[in-house]
Amino acid sequence: MKAKLNKDLARMLKHGVIMDVVNAEQAKIAEQAGAVAVMALERVPADIRKTGGVARMSDPALIEAIQKAVSIPVMAKVRIGHIAEARILEALGIDYIDESEVLTPADDRFHINKHDFAVPFVCGARNLGEALRRIAEGASMIRTKGEAGTGNIIEAVKHMRQIQEAIQQVSAAGKEELVSLAREFGAPLELIQYVHTEKRLPVVNFAAGGIATPADAALMMMLGAEGVFVGSGIFKSSNPEKRAQAIVQAVLHWQDYAMLAELSKNLGDAMPGLEISNLEHTYAERGV
Amino acid sequence: MRTPRIAILGIQGGIEEHLAMLQRIPDIVSYATYKTSELASADGIILPGGESTAIGKLIEDFALKDVIKQKAQAGTPIWGTCAGAILLAKSIENDTRRHLAVMDITIKRNAYGTQINSFVTYTVLPFLGNEAFPIVCIRAPIITAVEGTARILAHLNSDIIAVQQGNLIATTFHPELTEDSRFHLWFANLVKKQTSH
Repeated sequence: MKAKLNKDLARMLKHGVIMDVVNAEQAKIAEQAGAVAVMALERVPADIRKTGGVARMSDPALIEAIQKAVSIPVMAKVRIGHIAEARILEALGIDYIDESEVLTPADDRFHINKHDFAVPFVCGARNLGEALRRIAEGASMIRTKGEAGTGNIIEAVKHMRQIQEAIQQVSAAGKEELVSLAREFGAPLELIQYVHTEKRLPVVNFAAGGIATPADAALMMMLGAEGVFVGSGIFKSSNPEKRAQAIVQAVLHWQDYAMLAELSKNLGDAMPGLEISNLEHTYAERGV
Repeated sequence: MRTPRIAILGIQGGIEEHLAMLQRIPDIVSYATYKTSELASADGIILPGGESTAIGKLIEDFALKDVIKQKAQAGTPIWGTCAGAILLAKSIENDTRRHLAVMDITIKRNAYGTQINSFVTYTVLPFLGNEAFPIVCIRAPIITAVEGTARILAHLNSDIIAVQQGNLIATTFHPELTEDSRFHLWFANLVKKQTSH
């Protein structure tokens, strides 16, 4: 019952934009721009990259201040496998937990058994196997990992394409292939069977990790995302209010190219981008 | 009689779920849209669940508010679920925003709390028959006051969860997230009746 309700909340977020915010003021800007939820955290991924060190769950006082500031759902991140951080966020009445590779993993072998929680979880994935393993652990929503904090869309595109191509492969496969596909993807057979029949993931699939412009958001919608997360892309740009609104509008109008041209005008500087090959750490490899 | 056309406001939220439900109903045409002309030509409109702040802002940004208000005033059946009900309400207890503001109801957003307090239960909705109907409430609002010609359709315990005011219907719950198509069928019949006039 709870598992279905948690997947249903994710359905209510579809065609929406979820924005990273580090304080109540940013949360209000995000809500006013039309965000469907905010991700409350101490540092956006771009700053986590810069500062280095161990990135952990945010201060509950900060999360509470953001919960008080807005009426839309509030999400927050825990380290991969950090059951205690997740229990703390659940006790705060958070709407969604992101078990996120952007924070430093707490467990080098296992993710959280999310079935044990009443609160829903979203998890990152690079491919169909990862997505289905997270769903098997109880995730109610999937997002691409991309490469957070880079403002570089290439990894999110790669991950979304990998997921979509594998869904097509499983859908087109004969029934006799499904067991070996389950082994190949490292995913439970019943979830492979679901994908085979329904031709989609059993949960909502968003894009995340590197979205910096309205065109980036539209691109991810074109590739089959059901909505987008924007992390550093908004509040690391020169005009966050305007950019936030433009990205929300681009997710609605992703098929209207003249409108996208309009929305992309005069937004000021986007966040500075990073080349993936120059990164000291790639977060996407954490927690597979 | 021409085939009634039901539009789902296709901005954000549970759009596909309403569409899938309507597609099970014979003798109607259903589609999701955010185009003024396609809303204007609809015989019935569904405002889906999602985030009322986001949908409310986008119908303002893209000048869709007026066409929906005109349809509401012209007698076109319009049904708002959850966030859709918030869009219809003239008064929102815990928000300064007002959206379409066409129904004489007061609504309280997130009235049960955060997602942990979301729930499913069953209750009999007499206008849908004797079999209990699944009530799916996700960060749901509660209708706290009903005025003018608005009439209460259903309670859950002491909370008002469904109201009708002529051609306008507000529900705080999500029939589109269930397997039970009776509410959609009831709405489609309302649209059919209106269309044949």
